[in-house]
Amino acid sequence: MELLHYAFMQRALLAAVLVGVTAPAIGTYLVQRRQAVMGDGIGHVAMTGVALGFLFNASPVWTATLVAVIGAVGMELIRSRGKTSGDIALAMLFYGGLAGGVMIINLAPGGSTANLTSYLFGSITTVSAEDVTAVVILAAFVIAVTLGLRRQLFAVCQDEEFARVTGLPVRFLNLLIAVTAAVTVTVAMRIVGLLLVSAMMVIPVAAAQRVTRGFTATLTVAMVIGVLVSLSGTTLTYYIDAPSGGTIVLLAIGVFMVMTAVSTPLARRRANAARAAEEVCTRDDVKV
Amino acid sequence: MKSQPAEAADQPVISLRGATASLGSRPVLRGVDLTVRRGEVVALLGANGSGKSTAVRAIVGQVPLSDGALALFGTDFKRFRAWSRIGYVPQRTTAASGVPATVREVVSSGRLARSRFGILRRTDKAAVERALALVDMSQYADASVNALSGGQHQRVLIARALAVEPELLIMDEPMAGVDLANQEVLAGALREQVAAGSTVLLVLHELGPLEPLIDRAVVLRDGCVVHDGPPPEAVGQHALPGHDHVHPHAAHDAEPLRTGLLS
Repeated sequence: MELLHYAFMQRALLAAVLVGVTAPAIGTYLVQRRQAVMGDGIGHVAMTGVALGFLFNASPVWTATLVAVIGAVGMELIRSRGKTSGDIALAMLFYGGLAGGVMIINLAPGGSTANLTSYLFGSITTVSAEDVTAVVILAAFVIAVTLGLRRQLFAVCQDEEFARVTGLPVRFLNLLIAVTAAVTVTVAMRIVGLLLVSAMMVIPVAAAQRVTRGFTATLTVAMVIGVLVSLSGTTLTYYIDAPSGGTIVLLAIGVFMVMTAVSTPLARRRANAARAAEEVCTRDDVKV
Repeated sequence: MKSQPAEAADQPVISLRGATASLGSRPVLRGVDLTVRRGEVVALLGANGSGKSTAVRAIVGQVPLSDGALALFGTDFKRFRAWSRIGYVPQRTTAASGVPATVREVVSSGRLARSRFGILRRTDKAAVERALALVDMSQYADASVNALSGGQHQRVLIARALAVEPELLIMDEPMAGVDLANQEVLAGALREQVAAGSTVLLVLHELGPLEPLIDRAVVLRDGCVVHDGPPPEAVGQHALPGHDHVHPHAAHDAEPLRTGLLS
């Protein structure tokens, strides 16, 4: 385990664990309310934040967090209006964020689009000590929200109207989900990259669903898969020279395919058992 | 449970006066009066588009009233916070969402009005199990809702409303898409609630197996109340005086025999 001797690898592995936990945790709620692409949109908007960090010589992680949070709150407001024109408004926000990032980075002193590459696709060698501090703080917030408020968030994502009639502060919780998703994007940015963040929010959840029946089980299995692929992907990029984001996401897709292959006969057996039970019941009914 | 000494026994549980509401530019409620008193079982009837669903959604605050007054348990709606006194069954055909959830998880979410910080204590868990038993879904508690039939979905949604142990049950078309066997189960659950003193307001397309439970029917047409009184005369065998609403072969009759040849 010589890779643990390097300080940059220790930082990268710590950041990887936090990505593996947080992205599937908030992702489970986004998938639950069929908003799987939200992370992708926030990732685009965060580009402007990263570029602003370069422009003002500030930490890109914090400027990206700020801009991503504003973008995510905007997306939530558009979503809650429920208008059909919302799609167009979201597109403006996504691509405006991306285009703004490309423009601003070139205005920054000595800046060029090349600076953005490691933020787009992730890079293990660039995780600085400052980044780690920021990522730990932000990840702690995401974990506190997604696990601490899981019953409330579950209710809101399951059936918003019902949640409102139980007296839950639905508007606040919706905004909290948006802010938490934005924060997760910046947690994942250094390791997975802004363009692949959404994959870590969705693929572990999709893989977990192949074998789970319950929500808590899906959340837990998705987080386990997330940690496994982000740790192994980060380790792998130590040995092969590739962007960590791509490696991690391909591993996640691999896990999804394996779990699909394993679960298909399982699901068939369950369906057969259910059908058999049904037949027995029908016979009982006829006897009565 | 807090005691409400200020509440008189004859205080209406729901009081809706001159309610108007629009969806977009279309007026859906045009001056609806609706009063439900403690212990009453009131059915809201009407054709599609008559405004019955909008009326119920206005009562639970999901459709804003453009005019009129609404009070729940004697409290003006703007100041009403006692949501744990209400069990709401929205109009749904499914209890499923993008991520699997077990029947127990969905029903537990109905308990949040009483367990404010989301921590389920022993009494909360017991209430969830009782709600599951009331709709005869205990044996499916750990099953995924995605694997249920339409009628079972409706039973889960009703159990979710019952988990909070409400004084007032508000149900929007709980019988829609439910086969006769499941309708009988739901009618049984409702009968127990009514016997225990619950007040019920429900939107129905037809009275069906619930007919003997209904005290009063309010019929809407084009956003106006056109009837408020005893349930409309039933036709067919349900109207016969000796009819006791036992359908021993309901399950058998309702479902076509499955031979497995075509499925």
